[in-house]
This record gives sequence, structure tokens and C-alpha cells, in this order.
Amino acid sequence: MLDFIARRLVSIIPVLAVVALFVFFMLRLTPGDPAAVIAGDNATSDQIADIREKLGLNLPIWQQFGIWLGNMLQGNFGESFFFKKTVSELIAQRLEPTLALSICTLILAVTTAVPLGVIAAYRQGSLLDRVVMGFSVLGFSMPSFVIGYCLIYVFAIELGWLPVQGYTRIGTDFWAFLERMVLPSVTLGIIYVALIARITRASILEVLNEDYIRTARAKGLSNRVVLMRHALRNAAVPILTVIGVGVALLIGGAIVTESVFGLPGLGRLTVEAVLSRDFPTIQAVILLFSVVYVVINLIIDISYTIFDPRIRY
Amino acid sequence: MSTTVPEEVVDSAAIASASTKRRSLWALAIRNPSVIFGGVILLIMVAIAVLAPVLGTVDPTRIDPASRNKKPGTELTIRLEDGKTMKRVALMGTDSLGRDVYSRVLYGTRVSLIVGVAVAAVAVSLGLVIGLVSGYIRWLDGFIMRIMDGLMAIPGILLAIALVSIWRSGLSTVIFAIAVPDTPRVVRLVRSIVLSVREEPYVEGAISVGTPTWLVMFRHILPNTIAPLIVQATFTAAAAILAEAYLSFLGIGIPPETPSWGNIMAEGRTLFRVFPHNILYPGIFIALTVLAINIMGDGLRDTLDPKMSKKV
Repeated sequence: MLDFIARRLVSIIPVLAVVALFVFFMLRLTPGDPAAVIAGDNATSDQIADIREKLGLNLPIWQQFGIWLGNMLQGNFGESFFFKKTVSELIAQRLEPTLALSICTLILAVTTAVPLGVIAAYRQGSLLDRVVMGFSVLGFSMPSFVIGYCLIYVFAIELGWLPVQGYTRIGTDFWAFLERMVLPSVTLGIIYVALIARITRASILEVLNEDYIRTARAKGLSNRVVLMRHALRNAAVPILTVIGVGVALLIGGAIVTESVFGLPGLGRLTVEAVLSRDFPTIQAVILLFSVVYVVINLIIDISYTIFDPRIRY
Repeated sequence: MSTTVPEEVVDSAAIASASTKRRSLWALAIRNPSVIFGGVILLIMVAIAVLAPVLGTVDPTRIDPASRNKKPGTELTIRLEDGKTMKRVALMGTDSLGRDVYSRVLYGTRVSLIVGVAVAAVAVSLGLVIGLVSGYIRWLDGFIMRIMDGLMAIPGILLAIALVSIWRSGLSTVIFAIAVPDTPRVVRLVRSIVLSVREEPYVEGAISVGTPTWLVMFRHILPNTIAPLIVQATFTAAAAILAEAYLSFLGIGIPPETPSWGNIMAEGRTLFRVFPHNILYPGIFIALTVLAINIMGDGLRDTLDPKMSKKV
């Protein structure tokens, strides 16, 4: 087991190396002097010279990469000239809304999608099954911001139940925070629910034909126990896999959802950084999101052994 | 000379049996209800795109300060260039620059369909070439697949945003930026097919009689990738249309004066509370189009590639 974890840890090194190379060369692929691009439009020539010195832009390219990578590994993402802050400060400021939105969405999506998928599989071919499956295809086909605006229109403007936009920090007022998380989490959750419900249904259907399910039924266990303890547990691996893969969708969706609901998170920061061509911030955000995505999938890989003891590494 | 004779025999037999099987699959595919349903909606969208100029539209980029922010169904008086005026009902209202939303939505169909088809074509052809090379030339495989793994570690929309930020925004940049994150998936698919097919007796037979590598790839391996790639291409096209809408909506996609569904919605954001029609109508069109392609893709997958249908 420890051997497996070590091997998996080693295997993410080349992946992250490719990501790092891409992010590093991003700046070199843009037309123009990298130092001038980083400094932005209003920079003085002193500032540009200073940046060139700091990044070692006069050195050979592989040494530049070494300096850059060393900085990144120490958490030194450079300075955002547009926001006039270090990128690390900027990210720390914007972390909470994104983290809150992702966690709320994840909880909401998993607790809705897994039961839906299980019931759809159990009642295969029924009206409910068809509604769940139809919904999941529809969920894939709607841009999440359209769903977001529809929800705002109905629940915030017409009914007035929830606030339209904005964010309250969790420490300031918990209820206000929760109120403002409902619509964004539902918006972002729909595509995730569609994805998880679909895979849950498919993997439960596959498992339901197994001998041990017949045995469990023959023992006289209730449907609930058979479905939850025997079927769902055996179907857990593909469900977990898709939850991990879906994190990419979650990150992409968060960028859009934060814009719709005016949440001052990392997604909004990404868009602001691209619009102002603030490359240190763009680079840091891409690195950060990619590392999070890879690490989550690594954890899920390792967790397979808990859900399915037959998997031995 | 003696080696070419058996090669011809092996070849024609393999191709003949494979192509009859394929032909019957296609016949099955076009009778699948999902394929018909999705296909019909898609054809309507193609017709709208092609016929946009004759469907009662006006110039979608024409700004008219006198008729800004009109609700759907408002009758407008339009002043023509020769000084005459004409009455016209704005079916879907106008936006905050007075542009006709109906015309913009109809012309937007062109942009979205072009993006969908172009992204699928770019991603599939790039992925096909890289996948064939990776699956067939073993010493390159490890290197190529590590790069693909790395690209897949960057969430798709984020990678597209990064690529758009490198170059100036425009239709071709957007197409390329959306196609690149989709390519590794195609590479993996093609590579896995190549790896399983190259062990088949007819491929070994072809190699043993001295068929050159490029001919083995082209004639024996490539045909096996067509059905799964068509399925993959439909899903890629659907996702690409959504991705274009996301990028344009965020203001980093196609230039804002171009009538694309994402741009219409981006423009309508600020006044959404009062004039939801700017988001509603393009939203309906985009959902309908993407839904049609997804349903068609599901149908194609069930008939052309039954093995894959088990996975998702």
C-alpha cells in the first residue's frame, strides 16, 4: 500500500512538469519582451529592467526556467503589476469564495446525484428513470450561466426568496453566507449532478446482475440494504472516478458561475487577469488549479482500496 | 514479386468483410431514433444558419440608438439609408445598442456551428495523427503520452483561457484554444485502438508479408478508428459550442461585435434584470443545438460503438 502511494506520487511528477513547462513557456510565446508583458502597460523602464534582473531574463532559457521553478516551489508567484500586490496575497484573498462554492457544490451534487442514480437504476425503464436520464442529457447541454440567470430571475427577482448576487464572508454572517451560496451552488451543481447521476445509474445497473446481489436478496435483506450496502459499495469505484474527473468541470464552471453571481473568487480573478493581461496572476492560477486537480485525483486513486478491498496494489 | 500476391489476397478479404460490416452499422445508425431526432433538429439549425439572410433579418451588427432596449414584439420604425422609413416588429427585442436580437441570434447560429465543426475537425485530426504515431511508434509513445497527461491535468476551460490570453482573440484563436484541450482525449482513444488492433492476425499478416508501415496504418488500422472517432467528434462539437459561449460570455472569446450566442448573452448581462430576453433567446438556441448533438451522439455511440456505451 505504502509502496503504491509512493509510486503514484512519483507518477504525478512528469505530469506536473509538463504543466510547469507549459505555464513557463506561455509567457515566452506571447509576442513581445516577457519583462514588458509582465510589467503591464504603465510600467517605467526601470521597473522593466528590475523584472528582467529578477527573472534572470538575460540568462539562457533553461536557467530562466530553473529560477522560475524555484520561485514557484517556494510559493513565490511574483508580483501582479495590475493589482499592485504579490500574487500570493491576491490568491489568499480570493481563495475563500471559490473554496466555499466548490465545497457546497460538491456536497449538494453528491447527495443529490448518487440517490437519483441509484433509484433510476433500481427502477430501470420507469418514468422516474427516464426523467433522471433526460435531465442529465439536458444538464450537459445548457451553459451554466444560462441556468444561473434563470435561477436568479425566478428565485431572486420574481419570488424574492434569495439575494441576487454578491458574497458575504463565512466569518461575518453565516446565514447571509449560506443564503448567497444557494443559487451559485445549484447552478454549478447541475452539470455535476448530471454527470454523477448518469455514471451511478450505469455502474449500479452493471452490479445488479451480479451473483452476490441475488444472494443478498435470497437471504431476505431489504431492498434498501441490498442497494446501499451491496450494490452501491461495489459500484463506488467508477462513481469516485467520475467525481474526480468532474473536478475539471467544477473549476471551469466556477470561473463562469463566479462571474454570474459576482463572487470575488479565484475564477473571477482569472478572468480579470486575462482581460488585463496580468501574466504572473494567470500563470499562478493555472498552476494552482492544475495542482489541485491532479492531487484530488491522486487522493481518489488511493481511496479505491478503501471502497473496494479487492483492489490491491 | 511473389510477396505482393498474398498481400493483395489478405488485403481485399479483410477490407471486404470490414466494409460490409461497417456499411450495415451505418444503416443501423441512421435508423436509430436518437440519431434521427437529434439529426432533424441539427438540420433545422443548419438551415437557419444558411438561410439567415432571407429569414426576415436585418444586418446583425447594425447599431440603432433610437431603438435601444426594446422588449420582444415591439414595433420599430427603422430609417433606411435612402431616407425612407419602414416598420418592423422586433421578434426578440433589441439590445442596449439597438441591434436586433432576432437577427443576431439567427446569424449567431453560423458562428456556433462553425466553431462546433471546426473544433471537432481540428481536435480529431490532430488527435488521430498523434494517436497513430504514439500507438505505432513505440519509442515515441512514452514521451507523447506524458505530454498528453500534462495537458489533461489543466482543466479544459482554463487551458482554453490560457491559450486565448497568449494570442489575440479572434475566431481562429478561439477554435484552436478550444480544440487543444480536447485533443489528448482523442489521442488516448486512437492510441488504445491502435494498440489492440496491431495484435490482430490481419495486421500481423500484413506486416509479415512486408507491407510498409504507412500502408498498414492507413489501410488496416485507420478504418478501425473511424466509428469511435465520429462518436467522439459529435461530443467534442457539442462541448465546443458550449465552450465558445463560455469564453465569449466572459469577454475573452470572439470579438463582441460578431453576432455569436455567447456575445449576445455577454452583452445582455448588465441589464438582465429588466431585459432577460437578451439571455433567454440565445440560451434556448444554444441548449437546443447542444442537446440535439448530444442526443445524436448517444444514438451513434449505441449503434456504432457499443463497447464505449458501457463506459458512460
